[in-house]
Amino acid sequence: MAEITLDQIIQPENLVYTKSRIMTDTVLHYCPGCGHGTAHRLLAEVIEELDLQADTIGVAPVGCSVLMYNYMDVDMQEAAHGRAPALATAIKRLMPEKFVFTYQGDGDLAAIGTAETIHACNRGENITILFINNGIYGMTGGQMAPTTLPDMKASTCPYGRDVRMMGNPLKITDIVATLPGSYYVTRQSVHTPGNVRKAKKAIRKAVEYQKRNQGTCFVEIVSNCNSGWKMTPADANQWLEENMLPFYPLGDLKVPEE
Amino acid sequence: MGELRLMKGNEAVAEAAIRAGADGYFGYPITPQSEVMEYLMAEKPHERTGMVVLQAESELAAINMVYGGAACGKKVMTSSSSPGISLMQEGISYIAGAELPCLLVNVVRGGPGLGTIQPAQSDYFQAVKGGGHGDYRLITLAPASVQEMSDFVKLGFELAFKYRNPVMILSDGAIGQMMEKVELFDPVPRSKEILPWATTGKTPDRERNIITSLDLDPKRQEDFNLKLQKKYGEIEEKEVRYEKIQCDDAEYLFVAYGTSSRVVQKAVQLARSRGIKVGLFRPITLWPFPSKEIFAMTGQVKGILSVEMSAGQMVEDIRLAVKGKIKVDYYGRMGGIIPTPDEVVEMLEKKIIGG
Ligand SMILES: Cc1ncc(C[n+]2csc(CCOP(=O)(O)OP(=O)(O)O)c2C)c(N)n1
Ligand code: SF4
Repeated sequence: MAEITLDQIIQPENLVYTKSRIMTDTVLHYCPGCGHGTAHRLLAEVIEELDLQADTIGVAPVGCSVLMYNYMDVDMQEAAHGRAPALATAIKRLMPEKFVFTYQGDGDLAAIGTAETIHACNRGENITILFINNGIYGMTGGQMAPTTLPDMKASTCPYGRDVRMMGNPLKITDIVATLPGSYYVTRQSVHTPGNVRKAKKAIRKAVEYQKRNQGTCFVEIVSNCNSGWKMTPADANQWLEENMLPFYPLGDLKVPEE
Repeated sequence: MGELRLMKGNEAVAEAAIRAGADGYFGYPITPQSEVMEYLMAEKPHERTGMVVLQAESELAAINMVYGGAACGKKVMTSSSSPGISLMQEGISYIAGAELPCLLVNVVRGGPGLGTIQPAQSDYFQAVKGGGHGDYRLITLAPASVQEMSDFVKLGFELAFKYRNPVMILSDGAIGQMMEKVELFDPVPRSKEILPWATTGKTPDRERNIITSLDLDPKRQEDFNLKLQKKYGEIEEKEVRYEKIQCDDAEYLFVAYGTSSRVVQKAVQLARSRGIKVGLFRPITLWPFPSKEIFAMTGQVKGILSVEMSAGQMVEDIRLAVKGKIKVDYYGRMGGIIPTPDEVVEMLEKKIIGG
């Protein structure tokens, strides 16, 4: 039997996966194993599959993903901490035919930007919000977030979050689902291949539904911050499964009536 | 001749915005400027021109809506009064840092804090010295009439787009609230032009457009700051505006803007009736400040009195401008009190002529 060479294997007909052309060639600055990169990829793939590059305007505010514009080959605006939904509101209202998304961390969306989040969703702005919940402030070095679990350690709660002193974690996605202006609200994760596939389906819906002009589409992605959590990527994913998911259960919180 | 109307200053801003072809207004109610949004909503600009008008949940949201719209190359604006403008400062700094064009209207009330709803000029420092963080400048226009409230909306948008820089109309509660005859300019249609730098969707014929004020590389960040400073230098060179009233034979000079300048105009008449040869220099752009033009007066006049509805803010810029060559003093009232022409003349006599 003739030997098969590598060149023979690397042929177009054998291609099973390739990087979305909506992702640039810039090397991601995220820590290895961080969920941000996977979430970017899923959104990029959906934008490519739905042929939306020329119609997309994205907003990424301050947070670990502040440099998202370096990775996505679409027009993007960088927002002040917490204000992405306000930018997106204006963009969409001024150019209703465009696809407008925000990509926000939990500190951004559920602490400093809570008002913008609630009011944009309550007005039913026709935008798509991707909410990366890693239970901590990644960018600034692992401080407590509004989503930090009870007793979970962070640099500003080094002995664990004492809820009587520091308040309770906020399930903002549950609140968003109760608002009349939200249209599709779901919670996903990207810590296993199966979950990645489900998350992609959810993102795709949240992007497609924007065309219906029925209100805000909101996808929470429960993610890891292995640097902030001070764990290896594998341990972080396991910790996520054992601790984050019981508190932030995955699944749809609001689905459109078909 | 354009259409004549009797209007409040705030209403004139709103009507001018529609006529200037504004694409969007985002605001939050605050006295004494709430008529801007009320007038816009009553006019249904979405029907008249397609303009978007939205009441935001806060000034924080409003200024960031302005950022989002401006980053799409749209003609967008907001209006507020002092406390609301304070709340916007982070956003204004971002807008300046991302070099976005927009129009901001501050109908100033007295402060600090909640202060009063009465007119004041105590936000001068905030408008012309920065207000938000970082080295940036706002082109600042100071209207002294309802007419100028209307005219400066158009001018403000022109300057904002010419320099990709935020422009502020620094008015006050008196001009916002008072009614005067105004000649409205003819409406211009909303622009359909897609600006090359704006985020409007990446088409195959161009690279993606990114609107950001972030650059973590110190060298590039400094270079960017130098570029901004160069732009500001050009604006200082080209965009200074002012008015001189009865200055030709003046031996003394008042400097005043906005509502104060109207009081001072009366004071000039009063002083001249008493044989004092005094003129009024009215800065129209507070930044860029007419420093050279004021310095040029130092060869002619013996002293300058700055009249302000503040504790004396513009007087600092006048002192810098005259470089110690002649006497400069200040007279002003605070807390929403407007000085009277009598007071002003008395202070000229006391602080400048006699002093
Ligand atoms: C007004 C303001 N306050 C604080 C900060 C500092 N800051 C930057 S990012 C951040 C938190 C980011 O956390 P999160 O939104 O959860 O995103 P992550 O980095 O975890 O992805 C903070 C507090 C800022 N940039 N601006
Ligand atoms: S700090 Fe956390 S959120 Fe930021 S890149 Fe690293 S792992 Fe991801």
